[in-house]
Amino acid sequence: MGVWVSFFAVIALVVIPLVGAQGAGQYLFGIVIPYLAVLTFVIGFIYRVVQWAKTPVPFKIPTTGGQMKSFSWIEPNPIDNPSSTGGVIVRMALEVFAFRSLFRNTRIELRDGPKLDYGSNKWLWVAALAFHYAFLVVFIRHFRLFMEPVPFFVGALESVDGFVEVGLPRLMISGVVLLLAALYLFLRRVAVPQLRYISLAADYFPLFLIIGLATSGILMRYFIRVDITSVKELVIGLVSFHPTIPKGIGVIFYIHLFLLSILIAYFPFSKLMHAGGVFFSPTRNMPNDNRARRHINPWNYPVKVHTYAEYEDEFREKMIEVGLSVEKE
Amino acid sequence: MSLEKLLQQKKSVILERWFDSILETYPADTRQFLKKKKNRFANPVAHEISRGIEEIFNNILKDANSEDVSPFLDKVIRIRAVQDFSPSQALGFIFDLKKLIRDELAENMGESRISEDLWELERKIDAMGLMSLDIYTKCREKLYELRVKEVKNRVGRLIERANMMCGIPEKEGDPEVCNTDNLT
Amino acid sequence: MSKVAPPEELAKVDHTPPKKGWMDMPVELKEGRWCYGSKPKDHEVIGLPNPRSWSPGDEDWKLPENWQEIFLEGMRERLDKFRSFRLFMDICVRCGACADKCHFFIGSGDPKNMPVLRAELLRSIYRGEFTTAGKILGKLAGGRKLTYEVFKDLFYYFFQCTECRRCSLFCPYGIDTAEVTMIGRELLNLLGCNIDWITGPVANCYRTGNHLGIQPHAYHSMVEFFCEEIEEITGILPEPSLNRKGAEILFITPSGDIFADPGTFTAMGYIMLFHYLEGLGLDITWSTYASEGGNFGSFTSHEMMKRLNSKMYAEAKRLGVKWIIGGECGHMWRVCNQYMDTMTGPADFLEVPKSPITGTVFENAKSHKMLHICEFTADLIKHGKLNLDLSRNDQYKLTFHDSCNPARGMGFFDEPRYVIQNVANNFHEMPIDTIREQTFCCGSGSGLNTDEFMDMRMRGAFPRANALQHVHDKHDVNMMACICAIDRATLTTLCEYWVPDVEVIGIHELIGNALILEGEKKRTMNLRGEEFPWVEEEEAEEAAAEVILEAAEEGVEAAAEEVADEEAAGEAEGEK
Repeated sequence: MGVWVSFFAVIALVVIPLVGAQGAGQYLFGIVIPYLAVLTFVIGFIYRVVQWAKTPVPFKIPTTGGQMKSFSWIEPNPIDNPSSTGGVIVRMALEVFAFRSLFRNTRIELRDGPKLDYGSNKWLWVAALAFHYAFLVVFIRHFRLFMEPVPFFVGALESVDGFVEVGLPRLMISGVVLLLAALYLFLRRVAVPQLRYISLAADYFPLFLIIGLATSGILMRYFIRVDITSVKELVIGLVSFHPTIPKGIGVIFYIHLFLLSILIAYFPFSKLMHAGGVFFSPTRNMPNDNRARRHINPWNYPVKVHTYAEYEDEFREKMIEVGLSVEKE
Repeated sequence: MSLEKLLQQKKSVILERWFDSILETYPADTRQFLKKKKNRFANPVAHEISRGIEEIFNNILKDANSEDVSPFLDKVIRIRAVQDFSPSQALGFIFDLKKLIRDELAENMGESRISEDLWELERKIDAMGLMSLDIYTKCREKLYELRVKEVKNRVGRLIERANMMCGIPEKEGDPEVCNTDNLT
Repeated sequence: MSKVAPPEELAKVDHTPPKKGWMDMPVELKEGRWCYGSKPKDHEVIGLPNPRSWSPGDEDWKLPENWQEIFLEGMRERLDKFRSFRLFMDICVRCGACADKCHFFIGSGDPKNMPVLRAELLRSIYRGEFTTAGKILGKLAGGRKLTYEVFKDLFYYFFQCTECRRCSLFCPYGIDTAEVTMIGRELLNLLGCNIDWITGPVANCYRTGNHLGIQPHAYHSMVEFFCEEIEEITGILPEPSLNRKGAEILFITPSGDIFADPGTFTAMGYIMLFHYLEGLGLDITWSTYASEGGNFGSFTSHEMMKRLNSKMYAEAKRLGVKWIIGGECGHMWRVCNQYMDTMTGPADFLEVPKSPITGTVFENAKSHKMLHICEFTADLIKHGKLNLDLSRNDQYKLTFHDSCNPARGMGFFDEPRYVIQNVANNFHEMPIDTIREQTFCCGSGSGLNTDEFMDMRMRGAFPRANALQHVHDKHDVNMMACICAIDRATLTTLCEYWVPDVEVIGIHELIGNALILEGEKKRTMNLRGEEFPWVEEEEAEEAAAEVILEAAEEGVEAAAEEVADEEAAGEAEGEK
């Protein structure tokens, strides 16, 4: 059910600008909605992050994935079981940039016979990396549209991205990778029974949205060309807070922009917030040094305990009988 | 062609079907997971079942005696004895084999030699069914035994200590020491 | 002929394929998969809410009228108190990396035992009751309301999680189902829904200092009993002290080691080690008040964890010791490593642990002031302070089971291995993806080691047993070492069902076997009172040697007599 609901929701989101981005409607889709979306994103994102940051961390509970630091003659694993801030930074960096925990799944496994094999989840790691990095590259490439002069690294990135040198305009690999990776992540959810079982509409919706976004972008670049100068004029207008609507930008652009607006407005209220959340994860962002450095729980409160005195009062005679020393004879 | 040869030929198909029919006894969502039977350590249930039934099948073919089959029946049944199955559900898979083989040999049924051999084979499967009943019962008994044992072990030494102190005096005339306080 | 259904019909398991999503599946509590309900008397001792007789199998769980309100208020409070909880409710993307990492899922195949879905049970309530989208869109946003059915489902599955943290290792965001389960159980506790095997030990531990409710004189008697056994085996009677003020070190171990086999043999190992070290300057005492290392409170709530854990530092302070050694125990060390200093510290009345024998200062425990006994022993071995006869462990072909808590809640891997390899000759590791940080749970942790849960436990134990079977087949392994009291009890059961030729042993039992005490008699049996397999052979050899010797002696004597006779005869002849 979740799949279809999400699918039709995204179809509707395509149809809305298709119908509405005409005449005065262009002001709505080209100016008002993007501004509202960005505002929602910024406020929502900050709100969520502040909410997490405000919530105390009562205990230091890292998941230890390697040998702790103990004796000088036992080699510790400073990354999977960090004992210092430096180790935590490396652990977090590997987690954020290389999805290290997902990579764990690709351990070499012993199967029937002497054959060595890799775990099936390697594909998840590959697809996840491809997806996120492709997204990043595509995002940076878009700097060309809202920065004047175009920063040097955008050009450099584009020459790498377009290394296959086919098509006119030159084919950018990142867009294709993004689309394929998103499709893989979607198909995986449908094809693997366990995943289909756990997937919610909220898992399909952002995927469809991103697939729609990437598709409209690719269409715009290679097939249904739009006037790029006008697009840039519009975008620069938005960024510099002097919004204008140049004439003659194709409706495909408004679809693209609307899907993007929905995505960023939806972002703070969804699981997409994992992007910010990963930095707060107490099982990853804390060193395993509890025994050396005391962690403070801000709401630590006294509790009712059964004191030694109460204990002795109850058992004194029996203790004396067997010769255990007591406080009060 | 003899029945044995025929079955040898169709072994992989029959085993595949047999495995699938065993999976049928699991809930659909569980089944899907079990289907990936490759990794011994990541998916031991499916691995052990598929290996177990293969060995059972081999043993049927080579006319082995019951001691040879028993460990492999044990492998499969030991797992099913702790899963959510009634005894008949846990052991039904043995009898499924009869139907699977007949279905697979449908076209050869006319040959008189085959049907005679098949009669023998089915008697073997029935015998295995009875053995399975023993194994299953033993597994369940073991579980109950373990439950009792654990409860005893939990305070095992304490009871031993208490009993020792309460024990029969070694020499006649010794006072009987009984310190039941130990258990309060 | 009568119409009897064919066998394939009879044996058919009726499963409607789940066309529906999991939220729409009816909740069914199957016997053998839940533990008995907590008893009112225990509730009263520790002040748990809603004391009453009840069973999870009952239709009516006798919840207070405003139970939803209590539950949701509790949830709100914890969302504001635990960043972990709020974050884990918010950021799961349901990528499925954790799905097949849970031993209960692997062994049972029940989809709600996938860690992601176990957490989703609570997450769906979070979305349905606490987020705007969930309130408006309901199921579409993955939200649902807290109904009686849902509440039962929560109980059922949070008491089917052993808090082993294996899933958290594989999660790209470090979402820890153990943390979700811990808080989930806290919420269930607000309504008085716990299991007997947890509240019983908690109440006992609160009152008498240990889970079994053993009173001080009985504890004393048990220690005495071990000493007598040690005397029988070694000829030496150790004299450990209890509740002794002014000792340098306080020793705390799980009470299972004192009362339950085979943990008792580990306890004997501790006593022997301490006796051995006395001559080298060790000054250590046991306590009857803090006679429990384990902490079933941690399976109840953070508050209960603290109420029980407090005894450790309190007793250390009362006795005036300088630091503490903790015995071999799994969840005890999760609590001691990750919670104790924060909860009940600072232990500023103690000193940084310094081994009185080797002089090693344990900087890694400088705030907490507590050492794992394996750290202590490893240091002793490294400095060559122990006189060990490894051959006394030769009957064992060992493997090592990493207990979940020291593994993923501490990173305690190489110290125990170092000790094992220096105290025994035969050691083989299980496959790499089933040990160290990827270790499989015994299937009975977090208070689920009760007998009525046996079927489920054996299911959960299967992944571990399977790896054990592998080394048993390949290397003839017959003994699995571990550093956890629950493991010693439950792995024994696991082995007996799945791999009957393997037994379970604590590391300090191995120490006790190998340690050469000063002035001890020739040992003929191990700490279990079993004769060494080579003793019979040796005795036979000795007997044979004696026979030969005797025969030889007799021969010599006979010859001498003959000579003497001859001489006498000669002399007599000469005289004639």
